[in-house]
Amino acid sequence: MPANHAALPIDILEQRSHRDARHERLFRWLLKGCALIVLASLLGAAGATLWGGREAFSAFGWHFLVSSAWDPGNDVYGAVVPVYGTIATSLIALLIAVPISFGIAIYLSEVAPAWLRTPVASAIELLAGIPSIIYGMWGLFVFAPFFANHIKPWLTNNLGDKPDDGKLSWAAEHVPFVGKLFGSDYPFGASILVAGIVLAVMIIPFISSVMREVFQTVPTRLKESAYALGSSTWEVSWDIVLPYTRSAVIGGIFLGLGRALGETMAVTFVLGNAMHLSASLLDPGASIASTIANQFSEATGLQKSSLMALAFLLFVVTFVVLLIARLMLRQLARKEGR
Amino acid sequence: MRSPYLRRRITNALAMVMSTLATLVGLAFLAWILWETLRQGISALDLKLFTKITAYGESGGLANAMVGSLIINFIGIAIATPIGVLAGTWLAEYADRTRLGESIRFLNDILLSAPSIVMGLFVYTIIVLPTTVLTHGSTTFSGFAGGVALALIALPVIVRTTDEMLRLVPSTLREAALSLGVPQWKLTLQILIRAARSGIITGVLLALARISGETAPLLFTAFGNNYMAINPIEKMSSLPQIIYQYANDPGDAMHALAWAGAFVITMFVLLLSLASRLILSRTKVSHD
Repeated sequence: MPANHAALPIDILEQRSHRDARHERLFRWLLKGCALIVLASLLGAAGATLWGGREAFSAFGWHFLVSSAWDPGNDVYGAVVPVYGTIATSLIALLIAVPISFGIAIYLSEVAPAWLRTPVASAIELLAGIPSIIYGMWGLFVFAPFFANHIKPWLTNNLGDKPDDGKLSWAAEHVPFVGKLFGSDYPFGASILVAGIVLAVMIIPFISSVMREVFQTVPTRLKESAYALGSSTWEVSWDIVLPYTRSAVIGGIFLGLGRALGETMAVTFVLGNAMHLSASLLDPGASIASTIANQFSEATGLQKSSLMALAFLLFVVTFVVLLIARLMLRQLARKEGR
Repeated sequence: MRSPYLRRRITNALAMVMSTLATLVGLAFLAWILWETLRQGISALDLKLFTKITAYGESGGLANAMVGSLIINFIGIAIATPIGVLAGTWLAEYADRTRLGESIRFLNDILLSAPSIVMGLFVYTIIVLPTTVLTHGSTTFSGFAGGVALALIALPVIVRTTDEMLRLVPSTLREAALSLGVPQWKLTLQILIRAARSGIITGVLLALARISGETAPLLFTAFGNNYMAINPIEKMSSLPQIIYQYANDPGDAMHALAWAGAFVITMFVLLLSLASRLILSRTKVSHD
């Protein structure tokens, strides 16, 4: 204790340290309480939707998961149509978005000249900032009509089992499933395929920015060794960069999948909202989120409870997908010793 | 030519062309979406957007939706900022490397991309339903409930940025303050949060950009209102909700109004992300 403090009465010092300790305890509890709110909102969302869906779960039991009925007239509901729509649109989105995102990430980390990288990367990231309702509007007013006028006729005539002139194409006749997938009598653009494409455009920036970031963590030494042995840029990307970052790349893809599964607005506008099952990707469908957005305000009783039950399913599935994504992403961070 | 290198060179050239094409495809979609929003939005811009309310329909504007959006976003940010900053501080300063801290950090990252429509249903269950019962139906949906739903979406963004920004503050600062006998709460509030201030502000701006386009959670919380509502216990309309409603309307004049709203939101969000980028580049701290 410095000499000048000796003049202070000892109990003032003691009081002060008591006060500090009390403040410290209060502050610690306040902070911890706030952090626990994060936890509570996660558990609360799961709990609230499970509670809201209890009537549907108890009325239909397991049939809720395997029934494709959605009939407000007879008050019978099943999850198959919206679950199928959610999975189909998300898978189409991944099929389109993953190769494109991989290309973008390779371009930005290996191919592009240095001066071009930052502006292009920021432009792609700008896509991520656009609100999903804007994607929905663009899909509804611009892309779906474009698709219906220019792409869909080609698909139905050359691949589908219901072409305009009645003559089946070779692909529709001989390749299994193709005819069913692309056959459609329905004249509009809104469909599962269009929803998948709009979702793909939405998740490209998420996946490509994760991929680009993890590609940049590959040690330069490793890449330079491969180049010194005569590898081409593509060989370095495919044989060195990708294996080194594999788990994080899968994590990024799952992150995109999580986004796609839970997306509401971009999908609701372009899915057509038809509550029946169709094998064709060019027919309208419904996703879990779009069904909730369309029906919840007017629903009562068992229908409302069924929508809550759907929300619970969606929440659990996205939680698992995002959990896998984060675990995969963390593996690379560990490798780096972070 | 049977050079063993030929095949590899062709593969490489092909791959390079494909990756460049992929980038062009991404940029083309960005340009297409922005171009349509600008074109259709600007041609629908009109002073009555800001002066008339949606009750007039085709000849009306979006004034009540804009005011509603401002109020709901303000409530969302006002709730999420203190909670998010304090929670992020706890993660970075008090619970780093503890089991509870790590799990909350991990779950927060998951919450970052959780489906927003489920958050809307959650708030519907914990706020809209109880207020309906308590007030015997006179207050059902409300701007406040919408604000809470948006707060739940903004919260993980703010927690994450605060956590990251505080961990970038050099530990010498902590050691210097602690060695002078400063209690930890004072160190945190008066030194660390101040040092990470610009990063934390960026996080709040990013959160605001994220929630100002959110539609799904507002449908069952703030609901919508064709008249001007200032009181947050009333039903309140918001720009995204009006866009959703008008875009589904068959009338072309309604579509023009929806595009105008889309233009306003897009500009707002892009300006916010630009502003947060500027703040960050000034402080030279990296952030994703």
